[in-house]
Amino acid sequence: MVDLKDRGTVKVIDGRFQFKGKFHYIYPNTPIRDESGELNGVTNPRDMTYVHMYGGEAPFFDSLRDGKLLGTRCDNPDCEHTGTVHVPFKIHCPDCLKRNTIFDITEIAKKTATVHTFMVTERTGAFNTLEKPIRFINIEFEGVSTILMGYLPVGEPKIGMRVLPIFQSKNPTFTILDLAWVPEGTPESELPEGFTFN
Amino acid sequence: MITFSERQLKIPKMSKPVYLVTGGMSKFGRAIPEKRTEELVIDAFNEAAEFIGKTSAELKKYIHSCYYGHFADHFGDQLLGEAVIHDRLGLDPLGNIGIKTGGATGGSTIWEAFKAVASGYSDCVLAMGWERMDEVPTDEGNHLISCAADKDWETPLGHIYTGYYAVMAQKYWQVFGKSEDSFRETMANIAVKNRGYARMNPHAHGAMDITVEDVINSPVVAYPLRALDCCLMSVGAAGVILADEKTAYELTDNPLLLYNAAASHTLRVADRRNMEIPLLPNESPDQYKDLGERFPGGDRYPGFTGFLAARMAAYYAYRMAGITDPNEDLDLVELHDAFTISDIQSYEDIGIRPYGEGRTYVESGDCYHTNPHTGKPGKLPANLSGGLIGCMHAVGATGIMQTIEVAQHIWGRWAEMHEDQRKWDTFGRKKPSDWTDLQVKGAKRGLAISHAGVGSHVTATILIHPDHQLERRF
Ligand SMILES: [Zn+2]
Repeated sequence: MVDLKDRGTVKVIDGRFQFKGKFHYIYPNTPIRDESGELNGVTNPRDMTYVHMYGGEAPFFDSLRDGKLLGTRCDNPDCEHTGTVHVPFKIHCPDCLKRNTIFDITEIAKKTATVHTFMVTERTGAFNTLEKPIRFINIEFEGVSTILMGYLPVGEPKIGMRVLPIFQSKNPTFTILDLAWVPEGTPESELPEGFTFN
Repeated sequence: MITFSERQLKIPKMSKPVYLVTGGMSKFGRAIPEKRTEELVIDAFNEAAEFIGKTSAELKKYIHSCYYGHFADHFGDQLLGEAVIHDRLGLDPLGNIGIKTGGATGGSTIWEAFKAVASGYSDCVLAMGWERMDEVPTDEGNHLISCAADKDWETPLGHIYTGYYAVMAQKYWQVFGKSEDSFRETMANIAVKNRGYARMNPHAHGAMDITVEDVINSPVVAYPLRALDCCLMSVGAAGVILADEKTAYELTDNPLLLYNAAASHTLRVADRRNMEIPLLPNESPDQYKDLGERFPGGDRYPGFTGFLAARMAAYYAYRMAGITDPNEDLDLVELHDAFTISDIQSYEDIGIRPYGEGRTYVESGDCYHTNPHTGKPGKLPANLSGGLIGCMHAVGATGIMQTIEVAQHIWGRWAEMHEDQRKWDTFGRKKPSDWTDLQVKGAKRGLAISHAGVGSHVTATILIHPDHQLERRF
């Protein structure tokens, strides 16, 4: 068994990465043979940890634990589509490539979030941490040009259904999984562990 | 972008015409543990050489640059895999490049090869694609495929690509399919058709003799998609040789004119903003005015129901090749049937049917080799190879396999390449006792659509017999 207490962590100090702990674990490989005993190949075990930077999207992922949903808007008066609001968060306007303005759309989401489409599946890939079945919903907001993908841990999705954002404020993962959605009218007591409305 | 400039909408121009000389493919399978990838690639190359009566060594002497389609490096834990293949094909010191555009990799590889010939850079090129998806457990494979979605905003949600696709299927199913049992049956009929055609194809690994009920009763993947609505996950290789006119006729008496155009749309469906529907030559500006009235919820374009990249690939390619109406000007098509429902969606994107009416292509019987209602030849047969559902989806090879399949019909050599008992024996597959020749009689022009992810990249490859060129008015 891998001892997780040594698992690698990273800090940024003075503009450089500071790595601490173990980032990969080495296991012996094994031969692969067919039923007649002939060698077909070998296994190549790889257990490693990637390091990933959020860059200009970091405020979005850091605000979820505070119950805040951030979007961005192009405020360039010379842009062909000035005023366009992006959720998912876009750092730059895809039309004029000027830096977008970050703003809080939590209230807009609470008042207008509606299911555009959805799907339910029992199937997941390796590394999935969501409970099955998974219910994806794609969410429309008033005044927003895009349709955000998220998940619905409570209730059954329906096109046109009103939903409210909930936030993993207690044990945040600092990933998109800190944001989930529940049907309007869901009591606080039914939210998944660690999630709150604010 | 949601508006396009005149310059961006320019119909692509070539400095010289480009010809398809030959093509070949390997066996396709869910797993091929007895072979390395290079062996599959060499099988495909050898078949291409043999097809025009050349030895592989002779054919290699004509090649000037090489284009390699292989999508998922991380499946094989091998970077620069293209260099391994290039070396094993013995094509050093020729320039070569790897091309990766997800499910459209095969089509994109032809796009790059096409431009190299069209520009005059090379007289003759190799476009070879392959994929190997059998070397990890299925759940890790699903994770790796889900990395082709946005890693911050989508992949953590289940690590399951099918899910990101299924939300689009759901929307189309409810808005344009109106959740009708009859629409569900039409979807199932595509799976029955393509798996049935795959029975006649020795390369195919998804051949099945099934009914609509079998599809509708197969396990749910993500409602309304069921297991038999979904494409295969495959191993295999396919390659083509493209050349300019002079070189093409040195290699064969019967090369085909080839046109290819590519287009794109956002990686995340989430980012798709509303826009006007770009029109194909067989559509009129007012025909979609009441789309939202006829199909409530269907007024958002492309929304979650249309593939802008497919529409724009057709937009460019039809005009390059002189196609006014795909139903009249084409004799067969190979479409990217990743899922039965996305097959229906693509009929609309490429103008075989207007938006909202894709299902009638199947229901009319037009998409069959033999129309089941009339017993006469189908108007525009689709996916006689078995497609991605019945033949294979060895990602980097898929768009190339489709192109070869279309070409074999135009060459009138489909039966020769699919009937031969030796091929069935070599691939370890049993030829069905009711094997049927699916040759489209008198085929002169065809189309292959190669499509990535939730619609991020699409290419349209058009093949035309040189004696049956269309007037290019655009
Ligand atoms: Zn802008």
